[in-house]
Amino acid sequence: MNLHAIGAIYRYEMARFFRTILQSFLSPVISTSLYFVVFGTAIGSRIESVEGVSYGAFIVPGLIMLAVIQQALNNAAFAIYFPRFTGTFYEVLTAPVNFLEVVAGYVGAAATKALFIGVVILGTSTLFVDISIAHPLAMVAFLLLTGISFSLFGFIIGIWAKSFEQLQLIPMLIVMPLIFLGGSFYSLSMLPEIWQKITLFNPVVYLISGFRWSFFGTADVPVGLSLLAICGFTALALGVIGWIFRTGWRLRS
Amino acid sequence: MAPILQIKDLRKTYDGGFEALKGVTLDIEEGEILALLGPNGAGKTTLISTLCGITLPTGGSASVGGHDILKDYRAAREMIGLVPQEIALEPFEKVINTVRLTRGLFGKRRDDALVEKILRQLSLWDKRDTPTKALSGGMKRRVLIAKALVHEPRVLFLDEPTAGVDVALRKGMWDTVEELKASGVTIILTTHYLEEAEAMADRIGVIQKGELLLVEEKAALMKRLGRKKLTVQLRSPLSEVPAALSGFELELAEDGHALVYTYDSQAERTGITRLLAALADAGVGLADLSTHQSSLEEIFVDLVGEDAA
Repeated sequence: MNLHAIGAIYRYEMARFFRTILQSFLSPVISTSLYFVVFGTAIGSRIESVEGVSYGAFIVPGLIMLAVIQQALNNAAFAIYFPRFTGTFYEVLTAPVNFLEVVAGYVGAAATKALFIGVVILGTSTLFVDISIAHPLAMVAFLLLTGISFSLFGFIIGIWAKSFEQLQLIPMLIVMPLIFLGGSFYSLSMLPEIWQKITLFNPVVYLISGFRWSFFGTADVPVGLSLLAICGFTALALGVIGWIFRTGWRLRS
Repeated sequence: MAPILQIKDLRKTYDGGFEALKGVTLDIEEGEILALLGPNGAGKTTLISTLCGITLPTGGSASVGGHDILKDYRAAREMIGLVPQEIALEPFEKVINTVRLTRGLFGKRRDDALVEKILRQLSLWDKRDTPTKALSGGMKRRVLIAKALVHEPRVLFLDEPTAGVDVALRKGMWDTVEELKASGVTIILTTHYLEEAEAMADRIGVIQKGELLLVEEKAALMKRLGRKKLTVQLRSPLSEVPAALSGFELELAEDGHALVYTYDSQAERTGITRLLAALADAGVGLADLSTHQSSLEEIFVDLVGEDAA
């Protein structure tokens, strides 16, 4: 196990994050505040409560998930795409490292950044609404698993992408709609019956549902199923990355 | 002692069917400098990329310090440093951080004293906190060398280290290579300049179209390649080489309008003065003189011809 390599990649990636720490901190604070003003105040004033929780508080887990998923995806995809773009990735290919070590470094850093943003949003939320967390440990676990699994997914996108446009394609066209349609801002019970069934094919539903359960103790789908879904997604992403490194797809000619 | 680098019948066929390496076999001894000479597209970079792990071989095998590059890739790669042909650096990162990253990647504990030593050796210490995008081309290349050396490799690959580098820097690069050699590092460099191979290498390998045509001690090869031709344009054509000039390696050319003298430009005495005196004595009138050294391409043609014969 080349622990020095994992540490070196992790520190290098985090250094990039700390160079722009103010942006990293300010942008989620501002966007979360905007969401609260628009969704929480303007719309929330017309919705009394969802499943016994005020609408403002109800959307907090969804907001955090939205940011964590996007940050994890973008950070990991960029982290691996940029060295491929500048050509510096050759040194990872020539280094005595296996794919798990490379992934641990890059994905670890991307997930850390995503978690940081998640915590900042949670903190910002407390300025607008009262929040109590029913299952804090489960909340941290869901946050961690989401950060890791979507960083893995982002890592795959970063290897797949051949241009900066492609880098944005999947997060914008597929993941973003899935998050918005995954119950970030509403409960599935608010949908017509047919859509309640269809929406179960959206994997993000399970993440948000589980995460919301850790806050309020209520969920759209059983929490065990949520856990299973996210673990399955993580395993699938890891499997794909393992295959990429074994065959050298888009990495080694 | 076993060679530090053993390459056996190494082959690489790219997905499109292009055969970049057609079975290269080569042993490199510890501490020597080998120059791989060849035109663009000969397979030099593919050979290096395959040994370093950037490209996967499609046949044959290679080992570094006895470690197979595929089965025992960790031990093999720990011993290798690579300076790539293209300058590739993350533009916003400081010099010292990118050098430290490489050391970590190769599984070595952080060593600030060593990093300082290497950066000073390459005249980069003053630039350690500069983002790499602000460096000149020559400095960037030296950063790549620093990165390649910081994990203390025993084999260093330099892929066209002086491509696009001005004359002064080229000389500086040659000195750096000398110093590295003195510290016991084995160096394999590629170039398409005969002059560069001559200046640095102990042995020279000639590679063309994915095949290693020959590997020879530099002195022997330079002797073979160092021949020049002196063409003497005659005032009046000759039907044969005059008997008085039979002691020289002369040929008649251009229907007797020219005499071609082949000589060794590296030799202490080229024989040109004697030849000109002998021509005057023999009463042969000269119209013009020109000399010509075989270009690398012509040398390749010669070599391929010899191998085919």
